[in-house]
Amino acid sequence: MSGILNSSIGRKFAMALSALFLMIFILQHFSINILSVFSPDTFNNVSHFMGTFWLVQFVLQPILILGVLFHFIMGFVLEIRNNRARQKSYIKDNGNAKSTWMSRNMIWSGGFILIFLIIHFIDFWIPEINTKYIVGDASGLQDPNNIDSGFRYYEELVHKFEPLWRVALYCVGFIFLALHLLHGFSSSFQSIGANNKYTRGLKGFGKVYAVGIPLGFIFIAVYHHLSH
Amino acid sequence: MNLTLKIWRQKNAKTKGKMVDYPIKDVSPDMSFLEMLDVLNGQLITNGDEPVSFDHDCREGICGSCSLQINGEPHGPDRGVTTCQLHMRMFNDGDTIFIEPFRAKAFPVIKDLIVDRSAFDRIQQAGGFISVNTSGNTIDANTIPINKHDADDAFSAATCIGCGACVAACKNASAMLFVGAKVSQYALLPQGEIEATDRVLNMVKQMDVEGFGNCTNTGACEIECPKGISLKNIARLNVEYLKASF
Repeated sequence: MSGILNSSIGRKFAMALSALFLMIFILQHFSINILSVFSPDTFNNVSHFMGTFWLVQFVLQPILILGVLFHFIMGFVLEIRNNRARQKSYIKDNGNAKSTWMSRNMIWSGGFILIFLIIHFIDFWIPEINTKYIVGDASGLQDPNNIDSGFRYYEELVHKFEPLWRVALYCVGFIFLALHLLHGFSSSFQSIGANNKYTRGLKGFGKVYAVGIPLGFIFIAVYHHLSH
Repeated sequence: MNLTLKIWRQKNAKTKGKMVDYPIKDVSPDMSFLEMLDVLNGQLITNGDEPVSFDHDCREGICGSCSLQINGEPHGPDRGVTTCQLHMRMFNDGDTIFIEPFRAKAFPVIKDLIVDRSAFDRIQQAGGFISVNTSGNTIDANTIPINKHDADDAFSAATCIGCGACVAACKNASAMLFVGAKVSQYALLPQGEIEATDRVLNMVKQMDVEGFGNCTNTGACEIECPKGISLKNIARLNVEYLKASF
């Protein structure tokens, strides 16, 4: 097993595992966010649970951050190594004849997702961490001195999507996520060696996931912008 | 047909090459691509110019010698054929055709359109074989029962001719379709089980040493492979490598 991450196959296997982990996280993230459309109270309760439960905060959250960092760093490492493998490009390369645009441009869609993630962290994650661990208010209440004021999570979410520019920015971010997933979903299964009689069905499901989840996130942002 | 050929010319491995234009007239649509280049070379020699160097041998699509990146695709625009089996009827009168060598760090250009593909030989030597007693008491292959499905998959993998189109097509110059095919053809058969662990570890190690890129599953190799080698072989390579590593 020694040195498996030093091999080309070991690196792509690790890349695929981190991708599968992140795709499960995205599904979980979406499942919670969509509650904000149907039931603000349920959204508040689930958000408070996720934001205060020790297992989520101190075990799963660090694993998630490490997973995200690993996926991006390994993505850039692989891109650099792959560029080295062809030092001189073709004068004429008919890329469209043999592969999809998404599969050839994962580094670009991934790069834009990284920029989007940084903005998303500044918008939501950093203020949340500040409130809970710097200010020391883990109550989750709109007014920590008034127990009847209700949870703040839904109000914060709605407030964030008031400006049109932020809604547009998030829509663009989710379009890049869809482009990334359109190749990444099936690619991750191929990398872990899963190419069998279920592959065709899995590819179909992957397309539904790759388009459906980002479209759902776009719907949430547009819904809160239009309804408030 | 009258065509304009834009051909990569490079004196040797150390010199810098460039694309050179060659107009060619009265090309028969029934010619193979290599026959068309033969005609061009005949004209160049008649005019006292240096003929274009390119690899070829059997001209029957089975030796894997011919290469050529034609209009941005290895072995040209046709599917399931090598350059020698590509016919000029795939092109139209007045076309401009770009002809370049396969590009990869592991496939350095020797001259014009000829590249050094000995990296594939070294990968094969690292483990692409089985040890068989050939001293007179060789066991007949048919004495070992093998299910039809595995036998067919092993045979399909074994049809890889090692031409390098997979490397040429891949945006990462990855050789994983080639290595996947060579590992698969033995991994699927009982004769290959004994050396399975060393085989896959050594072949992948050599592949990395040669400087091939990493597979990102674009599928370009499968599309361009003249023998239709499936991406399933790369998935099997991944599984075999992980099994051997843990």
